[in-house]
Amino acid sequence: MRNAVIIDPRDSVAVAIEPVRQGEAVLYECEGREIHMTAQEDIAIYHKIAVRDIIPGEPVVKYGEHIGIASRPIQKGGHVHTHNLESRRESLETGTEEEKGI
Amino acid sequence: MTFSGYRRPDGRAGVRNKVLILPASACASDTARIVSQQIQGTVTFHNQQGCAQVAPDQQLTMDVLAGFAANPNIYGTVAVSLGCENCQMDLVSAAIRERTNKPFRQVIIQEAGGTSEAVKAACRYAGELAEEASLLRREEIPISELIIGTECGGSDPTSGLAANVVIGSLSDRITAAGGTAILSETTEFIGAEHILARRAATPQVRSRIFEIVHRYEKALRQVGEDVRNGNPSPGNKAGGITTLEEKSLGCIHKGGHTAINAVYDYAKQVSPHQGLVIMDTPGNDPSSVAAMAAGGAQIVVFSTGRGTPTGNPIVPVIKLTGNRITFEKMRENMDFDASPLIYGGSLSVLGDELLKLVSEVAGGRLTKSEALGYTEMAIARVCNYV
Repeated sequence: MRNAVIIDPRDSVAVAIEPVRQGEAVLYECEGREIHMTAQEDIAIYHKIAVRDIIPGEPVVKYGEHIGIASRPIQKGGHVHTHNLESRRESLETGTEEEKGI
Repeated sequence: MTFSGYRRPDGRAGVRNKVLILPASACASDTARIVSQQIQGTVTFHNQQGCAQVAPDQQLTMDVLAGFAANPNIYGTVAVSLGCENCQMDLVSAAIRERTNKPFRQVIIQEAGGTSEAVKAACRYAGELAEEASLLRREEIPISELIIGTECGGSDPTSGLAANVVIGSLSDRITAAGGTAILSETTEFIGAEHILARRAATPQVRSRIFEIVHRYEKALRQVGEDVRNGNPSPGNKAGGITTLEEKSLGCIHKGGHTAINAVYDYAKQVSPHQGLVIMDTPGNDPSSVAAMAAGGAQIVVFSTGRGTPTGNPIVPVIKLTGNRITFEKMRENMDFDASPLIYGGSLSVLGDELLKLVSEVAGGRLTKSEALGYTEMAIARVCNYV
């Protein structure tokens, strides 16, 4: 039974829609295909699961957009949260000085 | 595609046909309530503002007053003022005239000679307008004339997963049909402003997106607050949200996927046929919904996770939730169940169903909040009373 969803095909994380235990199968659908993987740790409902290996410094993608930067290596099937994902204020890099209100 | 609506003399089209009893200030609000209780077919609200305000604060109030009167869901307006408030009747009537040529009457309590005389005059005007309004018939109007406001409140993790995604799909359908969708709540853009800015249709719109976000942050800093601290909240984090950009992305989904063509200040009049636009509103639900109603939105689509009964005096508010437990528990307050999207439902089917519901509500179907009589109202502020 499906127990996770991926919002955008570009995403590197899926979201658990049921509580998932370490070692259990994670099943989600992406562009009409059913994808299986194994949870590397317990994942609470509505928390994020990596759908591929993510290296430190790599942007984590949800909604097809960057939601922050991986601060530690994240294994496929691992829990993605505050312990391995950090916010990065990207407007500081993309806005002009005036737009940043500086 | 068309909806069944009311054509106004200013050219716009409404989905309701009410007479507005408009209180210019707090001091006229109970008088307006008494009139509205007497005359069927009227609506009113409690105006907490209208006096003892600094100029930019008063401007927000004035824009909501004028915008409500001009909203195409309103047939005509009877404005009631006390007489000595900052929002003087001549200012209010001039602001309304700038936006519309619909029927307008006015009563000033101090000039009329107190409650009984003011109520008598206002009831007579309101009765005449209500009778005229009742003679109007609905006609087929292209859906491209719709301006749809989008809002979220009482959010939970299902909002970003389902309800806001389905609203985004509705926004895409409305804009593709030549209509207008408004993305609101500047507080929810913070952390994702660079993503919105990337979708700006022009460099001017891009600058305006940064401007409203940084203006908001600056206003909060003036009272010693930083919205980025402590946000996402501990509750958000327990629910699975890790970063501010993630939280904001879940919210801005409501705007769909098209380019952002304009940025409007709070409660300013929105032009039709504009595709996706942004309005600078606070996250506070009733004051954000009020601003979009004042901008001319005929309908607001509202996502909630925890559930809310909220409504508005002049625009139908269609509420949807992606939380199936909330939908069951608060069925009497929920118009649409978006939770099938989480459990394998098709976004295009849900988007079509929501568009159908919008079209039915436009044609007169009551929303849950209309049937229950919810008319919550608030106006944004920039400063304390003086």
